[in-house]
Amino acid sequence: MSGHATYQPQSGFMKWMERRLPIGGLIHSSFVVYPTPRNLNYLWTFGGILSMMLAIQIITGIVLTMHYTPHVDLAFKSVEGIMRDVNYGWLMRYLHANGAAMFFFAVYIHIFRGLYYGSYKEPREVLWILGVIIYLLMMATGFMGYVLVWGQMSFWAATVITNLFSAIPGVGEAIVTWLWGGYAVGNPTLNRFYSLHFLLPFVIAGVVVLHVWALHVAGQNNPTGIEPKSDKDTVPFTPYATMKDGFFMVCFLLLYCWFVFYMPNFLGHADNYIPANPAVTPAHIVPEWYYLPFYAILRAIPDKLMGVVAMVAAILVLAFVPWLDTSKVKSARYRPLFKQFFWLFVAVCIGLGWLGAKPAEGIYVVLSQIFTVYYFAFFLVIMPLLGIFEKTKPLPNSISESVLDAKA
Amino acid sequence: MAMTIQRNLIALAVAGSLAAAAAAPALAAEAAPPPPRVSWSFSGPFGKFDQGQLQRGFKVYREVCASCHSLSFVAFRNLADPGGLGYSAAQATAVAAEYQIQDLDDAGQPVERPGRLADYFPKPFPNALAAAAANGGVAPPDLSTMAKARTYERGFPWFVFDMFTQYQEQGPDYIHALLLGYRDPPPEGFKLPPGAHYNEYFSGHAIAMPNPMSDGQVTYDDGSPATAAQYAKDVTAFMMWAAEPHMMARKRIGLQVMIFLIVLAGLMYFTKKKIWHQVERPREIAAGQDPDKTTI
Repeated sequence: MSGHATYQPQSGFMKWMERRLPIGGLIHSSFVVYPTPRNLNYLWTFGGILSMMLAIQIITGIVLTMHYTPHVDLAFKSVEGIMRDVNYGWLMRYLHANGAAMFFFAVYIHIFRGLYYGSYKEPREVLWILGVIIYLLMMATGFMGYVLVWGQMSFWAATVITNLFSAIPGVGEAIVTWLWGGYAVGNPTLNRFYSLHFLLPFVIAGVVVLHVWALHVAGQNNPTGIEPKSDKDTVPFTPYATMKDGFFMVCFLLLYCWFVFYMPNFLGHADNYIPANPAVTPAHIVPEWYYLPFYAILRAIPDKLMGVVAMVAAILVLAFVPWLDTSKVKSARYRPLFKQFFWLFVAVCIGLGWLGAKPAEGIYVVLSQIFTVYYFAFFLVIMPLLGIFEKTKPLPNSISESVLDAKA
Repeated sequence: MAMTIQRNLIALAVAGSLAAAAAAPALAAEAAPPPPRVSWSFSGPFGKFDQGQLQRGFKVYREVCASCHSLSFVAFRNLADPGGLGYSAAQATAVAAEYQIQDLDDAGQPVERPGRLADYFPKPFPNALAAAAANGGVAPPDLSTMAKARTYERGFPWFVFDMFTQYQEQGPDYIHALLLGYRDPPPEGFKLPPGAHYNEYFSGHAIAMPNPMSDGQVTYDDGSPATAAQYAKDVTAFMMWAAEPHMMARKRIGLQVMIFLIVLAGLMYFTKKKIWHQVERPREIAAGQDPDKTTI
C-alpha cells in the first residue's frame, strides 16, 4: 500500500525539526495520510473510542490519587471525602468508576468485531495477541481499582480472587500469602493493589502503542476481509477516519454521560457503600459485570483447581485464535455457517454473564456448564473444523467493487 | 448455598454477632417481597431534593434515629450547603452549637465543648463494641451512605428497562418499606427469635432494630402530617441527601453536558456526511452513473 501523499513540512520550524526529530512526518504518515479501507463501518471506530477511554481513565485516575488514601482505616473514608468535599470530586470518581465499565463495554465490542471479521488472521496475528495482552492487563487493573474503594464487595472480591491462587497444587497457599503480604487481605494487600493500579494503565498505554504500531504495519482489516489492492480501495485517515471516529466518540460519550450523571451507581454494587468488614461475609459475592462470564465458567466446574484452569484458559484461548481458525476467508460476511456459530457464541457469552450474577446452585450450574462447553467448543472444535467443511460465499474482487455492488 | 448463608446471617444477627445488620442488606433482600415504589422528588433526570422534606427528615433523624445511628461523614457545615437542606450558615451554626463535641483542651485534657460548623455529627456510641453491647449485640449501621448501600434485586428484564427509565431509587424504596414494614405480632407460624422484631421487607424477616416509627412521635413545624408514614418518607429523603449531597449539581451539569453533546454529535454527523459524500457519492450511484466519472 502506498500512501496518498508524503509529508512536506511547511513552516521553517517544522523543516528544522524534521531534520532532527521527524515527529511531524510520523504523525503525518500515521494519522493523516495513513490509508484506511473506504468500507469501514462504525464498528471500526471503537479503537479510537478505547484510546479516548484510556486517556479519560488516566486523567481522572491521577486526580483521584491526589485525594485518595491507601490505608484500610482511611480508604473508604477518603473515597467519601472525594465524593463530598473535593471540588467536583464526585464527578471525577463517577467518571472513573463508570469509565471502567464503558472501557470494558467498548473492548468487548472491539473484540467481537475482530472475531466476526477475522481481524486476527494473517498478517495480523501479532496485532491480535497484543490486543489479548491489553485485555488481560485491563482485567487486572479493573479488579485492583475496584478493591481500592475498600467497601464490602471490594474486600470480598479481593479475598475470593486472590484465593483462587490457592488452587495451585503445592505452592498455592504460599503464593496467596505472598500476594496478600500477610495471612489475610489487609493493609499490605491494599497498598500493593494501589501501587499496581497506578502502574498498569501506563503499561497498557505502552502495549497500546505497540498495538497501533502493528496495526499501521499490517493495515486495517475491513468488512470484506480482502486486503486493499489499489488507492481506490482506501481513503486517507484524515479527514475521513478522524471525522467518522470523532462523530462516534461523541455518541459514545453520550452513553457514558447518561450513566455518569443520571445513574452513576447503576453498574456498581450497593454492598460497596458498606465499609469493608472482614467479620461479615456478604450474602452473594459478585464481581463487576464485565467479569461475570468468566466467573460463571469458574463456578461451572465443581473442582476448584479445574475451575481456575478453565477460567484462565477461557481468556488465554483467545491468543491462539489466529491458528485455531483454519478458514482462508476472513470475514463472516462470506462465511454463512461461521456467522451462525458466531452469534450463538455472543449469546452464550451474554448468557454466561447473566449466570455469573446468579447463585451457583440448581439449574444455574447446569446452564453454566452447557454454556462453558459451547464457549470452548467454539474455539477448539468449531473454528478448526469450519475451515475445512464450510462452503464460503464467493469473494468480491476488491473493496471498491464490493462497495459499488452494495450501492447499486 | 445462598440460603445457608442467609440463614447463618439471621442466626448471627440474633445470636448477637457483630454488625450483622450492617451486612444483611442488598442482595440478601431477595427473600422478602419487593418494596413498593415511592414517588420521590429526587428521581429522574430533573429530580430535585425537596428542602422542606429534607429539613423534616433531619428532624426525624435527630429525634429518632440519632440515638443509635451515627452519621459520621456528614458535617454541620453540610446543612448549609447548596442543593441540600437550605439552611443559612447562621442556622447551621446554631444547630452545631446544640451538640456537645468531645475535644482536648490546651492542656491536653478531654473536654466537651459546643459543636462548630467544621465538626461532624457526633457518634451516639464511643465505638463499635459499645454500640453493639448497647443494642443486643448488633451495632446499628452508620447512615451516611445508607441510601446507596441498600437495594433489592430487580432481576431480568427489569434491570434493562431501568437503564432507560433511570429507576435507581431501589435503596430509598427499600429503606422506606423497611421503616414501615414492622408487623406485631408476626404472622402465624413464624418463629421469631428472642430480641428480634418481625419486618416484612427485611431478609429473613427477623431484624434487630425495633420499630422506630410511631404516629405523633415527632412534631413538625410546617404542618405536615405527624404520621409514621410521613416520617419514614422524610427521613429516607434525608438519608438520600446524606448519601449523595451533590445530586442536584450532578443532574444540573448532566443536562448541560447532554445538550452540548447532542448538538456536537449533530454537527459532527453532518460534517462527516459532507466529507464522506465525496467518497461514497450515493446519489450518483443511485442514478446509475459511474461515480469515478462524475464530478461533485
